[in-house]
Amino acid sequence: MKALLIRDLTLAFRAGGGFGLALAFFLLVAVIVPLGVGPLTEILGRIAPGILWVGALLACLLSLDRMFALDYEDGSLDLLATSPMPMEGVVGVKALAHWLVTGLPLTALSPLLGLMLNLPGPGYPWLILSLLLGTPALSIIGAFGAALVVGVKRGGLLLSLLVLPLYLPTLIFGAEVVRRGALGLPVQTPLLLLAAITAGSLGLLPYAAAAAIRICLR
Amino acid sequence: MSDPQNWRAHRLVAENLSVARGGLAVLEGIDLNLASGAALVLRGVNGIGKTSLLRTLAGLQPPFVGVLQVPPEDLTYAGHADGLKSVLSVQENLSFWAQVAGQTGTGRAMAAMDLTTLAHRRAADLSAGQKRRLGLARLLVTGRWLWLLDEPTVSLDSASAALFVSVLRAHLGQGGSAVIASHIDLGLPEAEVMELTRYRALHDAPSRGGFDEAFT
Repeated sequence: MKALLIRDLTLAFRAGGGFGLALAFFLLVAVIVPLGVGPLTEILGRIAPGILWVGALLACLLSLDRMFALDYEDGSLDLLATSPMPMEGVVGVKALAHWLVTGLPLTALSPLLGLMLNLPGPGYPWLILSLLLGTPALSIIGAFGAALVVGVKRGGLLLSLLVLPLYLPTLIFGAEVVRRGALGLPVQTPLLLLAAITAGSLGLLPYAAAAAIRICLR
Repeated sequence: MSDPQNWRAHRLVAENLSVARGGLAVLEGIDLNLASGAALVLRGVNGIGKTSLLRTLAGLQPPFVGVLQVPPEDLTYAGHADGLKSVLSVQENLSFWAQVAGQTGTGRAMAAMDLTTLAHRRAADLSAGQKRRLGLARLLVTGRWLWLLDEPTVSLDSASAALFVSVLRAHLGQGGSAVIASHIDLGLPEAEVMELTRYRALHDAPSRGGFDEAFT
């Protein structure tokens, strides 16, 4: 499993691996929105939690279609399926690798983008915490979606259609945490719900994704 | 973990096996009994179901009908694609598969398939034949008893094909086994040849499952 994680991370950082793509996209969203909305700091501050969360979500979506498709195309997925590694473990490791190259850097970059969007001061710790709690769910839900479209040629668009609705609860509660945090309101309820979604997804979806891959490989 | 010491007791048994492609049986009534140290060559025209049979034996798809007994976790499959990452070097590709199989050491496999001089070259920069050699070297690093090979000599020149046959023969000599789908004569006279045309399924037979086939 460690070997697979190291290989996936190596591939992400080598040429054409796509590391930085999600980050650059996230950055662009935060640059473009103020240009579109205009220099009204009050409005920007109010919509910043939503924009940041939508940006993080779309950035996560960008690299999802490569998660299993590349391994499927070059035959690695067949070989992994016949290897002693359980498919659930493969899914978990791939989702972890995806999170390490997208979710974690996005979280680290988010305060800077919050600044660009004029996010009110009290919101920053909650922004980081909510992304830290929520992005693992984005990766594992995305892994499930990617597993469903393994073997579908150019399944990227289909993948987005499948995965975006599943992202909604995470988006709603994640953005709500930041919004309430920025206004100085209690954040406990959305935070707990966000954590519950992540915990539930991490617990259940590797099995669903592994089952989907086994069916696709037949 | 697979240990050549235990290979002598291994056996691949199939009884009345049918294999399907796209929910339709392509081959039926196959009986196999492959002992340790034996090789079986599958022959048949394109589309007869050689790949489907190999994938069934590999556990990638369930038997359509029949019973299949394979020693668990002691096989490795080599399909049309070699499972190589083009941005990784020969050495990196090979050691990844070795680690996945819980083995260490890639030097012997690289030497056996004449890849030592290419160890640090990226897989993207290999020729088709060199890629195939790397794909076949992977079989050695997995240390598995049963090799399921789908057209292993495609894009190999005659010298490399002969090299591979000698590697295969060494594997059989250790007590390993192999099932090989091949169109060409491998120069492996000791291998049993199975002509699949005899097992061709009648396509007007009712297909089982239909839409639900994916979920059984």
